[in-house]
Amino acid sequence: MRLFALAIGMALAIARVPAAHAFTAYVSNEKGNTITVIDIDKFEPVRTIKVGQRPRGIDVTRDGKFVLVAVGDDNAIQMIDPATGEIAGTLPSGDDPEFFALDPTGKLLYVANEDDNAVTIIDIDKRARIGEVRVGVEPEGIAISPDGRILVNTSETTNMAHFIDTATRRIVANVLVDSRPRFAAFKHDGSELWVSSEIGGTVSVIDPVIRKVTGKIAFTIPGLRNEAIQPVGINIAKDGRTGFVALGPANRVAVVNGATHQVEKYLLVGQRVWHMAFTPDEKYLLAVNGLTNDVSVVDVAALKVIRTIRVGELPWGVAVADR
Amino acid sequence: MLAGRLARSTRQLLIPVLVASGIVLAFTALAPAEAPAEITVGYLHRSEHKSPLSLTAVPAANEGIAGAELAIGDNNTTGKFLNQHFTLAPVELKNEDDPAAVVAALAQRGISLIIADVPADPLLKAADAGRLHDVLVFNAGATDDRLREEDCHGNVIHVAPTRSMLADALAQYLAWKRWSRWLLVTGSHPNDKLFADALRRAAARFGAKIIQERVFEDTGGARRTDSGVVQVQRQMPLFTQQAPAYDVLIAADESEVFAAYLPYRTWDPRPVAGSAGLVPTSWDDSFDQWGAVQLQNRFVKTFSRRMSALDMQAWTAGRMIGESVARTHTAAAKVILDFLTGPDFALAAFKGQKLTLRDWNLQLRQPVLLTDGRSVVSVSPQEGFLHQISELDTLGLDRPESKCRLK
Repeated sequence: MRLFALAIGMALAIARVPAAHAFTAYVSNEKGNTITVIDIDKFEPVRTIKVGQRPRGIDVTRDGKFVLVAVGDDNAIQMIDPATGEIAGTLPSGDDPEFFALDPTGKLLYVANEDDNAVTIIDIDKRARIGEVRVGVEPEGIAISPDGRILVNTSETTNMAHFIDTATRRIVANVLVDSRPRFAAFKHDGSELWVSSEIGGTVSVIDPVIRKVTGKIAFTIPGLRNEAIQPVGINIAKDGRTGFVALGPANRVAVVNGATHQVEKYLLVGQRVWHMAFTPDEKYLLAVNGLTNDVSVVDVAALKVIRTIRVGELPWGVAVADR
Repeated sequence: MLAGRLARSTRQLLIPVLVASGIVLAFTALAPAEAPAEITVGYLHRSEHKSPLSLTAVPAANEGIAGAELAIGDNNTTGKFLNQHFTLAPVELKNEDDPAAVVAALAQRGISLIIADVPADPLLKAADAGRLHDVLVFNAGATDDRLREEDCHGNVIHVAPTRSMLADALAQYLAWKRWSRWLLVTGSHPNDKLFADALRRAAARFGAKIIQERVFEDTGGARRTDSGVVQVQRQMPLFTQQAPAYDVLIAADESEVFAAYLPYRTWDPRPVAGSAGLVPTSWDDSFDQWGAVQLQNRFVKTFSRRMSALDMQAWTAGRMIGESVARTHTAAAKVILDFLTGPDFALAAFKGQKLTLRDWNLQLRQPVLLTDGRSVVSVSPQEGFLHQISELDTLGLDRPESKCRLK
């Protein structure tokens, strides 16, 4: 009996051996005006950081020195020191920043100014605004091609993906997609661009060379009304074989075959799932559920939701850093 | 200078002719060298607005038009990338004007798309004239069910919700609250009676019981006088006393004669809904969900006032036009109608889901807001009211009950 207990104890001890990599996730809570810091080993929140008003877009600088968060109602992007949790600086983002993306060098930040029909370009080191591109009505999604040459911005009311040459900062193409495009993501080899249309209910697959829609990913969930299927966040695995699409009030993440563009599975998560992030090893995908104030953890290999982590009020975005 | 002006006027003449004849214009996304395709959208508006009881509800002189102008601006931002340029041509329809002649004159200018904010009768005359001239009319102002039913037209798209949609939206919420015993008070004008009809239908449909009906006669008299408050404070309790037990007082007063005077003045302490208190509407200036703040901010920045339901209906009509022209590259009425009734049309209008057209009567499906004047209390359809096609079709007359035969 004692031996048996000992065996169980040893088994548990082995199971508790920490993963080779230790990661930290940062979740922006739009209504709570906070960031929840999650320890990915423990799948537990470890800290709450108070930030400005209406935090939404969030990312970590390439050097890991700062967590950047767009605080829309304060018209700024705040730089948080992850070691101390203090606000270490502010970037001049222009009016109402919602979403942003870092270029591949990690030096420039492209920000969608939703109320201002513009994309602002910021030099992170200089902490200065160095340019602006005029785009369509209500710019939102931002994606940068893996070679850094093309910036794609989606505008929600204009219903377009604007292709912007990052060298000249001019629009070189406009591709009409379905209603209310929210998010854009390139495959890591740059062969495809996916754009989600929240109201249209589809993801357009765009060929970045000819800049035309070559296919559309459609979603059908038995027993769910068609209007509730509202794709927003997209995360494509590095090998391009699998894409994950967050379906908003459908409360599911779709698993899409990267080659055939067919949906292979729907994973049930929390309510109104919008944005997601992989851990750097792509073992886990974190999906942020706005209305249930939590984050679902997807085991990427098993395609299963394995954990739910409680975060702050109305969580919006998530970024994961190497600790 | 003169040559430039001449060239422009020739172009303005030429393009509408091409459009009117249904030729699909070729567009290139990035050809700034070419002159943009000019699309002029007509805006027919009434000359008189009803005078509301509350001073804060007095409509702005540009109510409705401002919404359409904002949509035209949004369309032009998109148009920059598609080489399309939109202009609004507002025309006031005075009482003595013949709507048919006004529509004919607009068609003469090459206009094939008209947003209309006029009452039902002139709207029908405009629609008849529109048929002759291949004009598509977007009804942004009239809520009459008959325009979508026995009087429906194949060339009129209804952006404004109907009275039955508004009444159903309210009834669903009251059913959820289980306020099922209604005291219905109706005004004495024809429009009030039509709204009362819609409310009676909604009560029957969603299981509410109208325990008694009363009519508030409009006897004329001054609306705002020095002693008005005293008068109203005495009249309303008297008018509402000795009612059988009820949960909610429902007022049908589109004519703005009495409903605004009911809240806090009823004999029994009961909430008021309908034309005052909790009001069903397509838009409210306090609404901030589903990205609506962006539109509200844009409107306030441009017009220095808040956005009304009529402004929103006109904006929606303008955006339906912008979407259709962006996707079909033409302003030809028939092509636009086919697109709007086809499977590819879905409008994003800050209501949390796509808006589409009911193909049997050309009514825009839309959620309805319930507002107390300070904030949005709820948005219908309410959860649990199911439908086999679209839950939005639980609001208003559904396909099987429709009397419309589109012509």
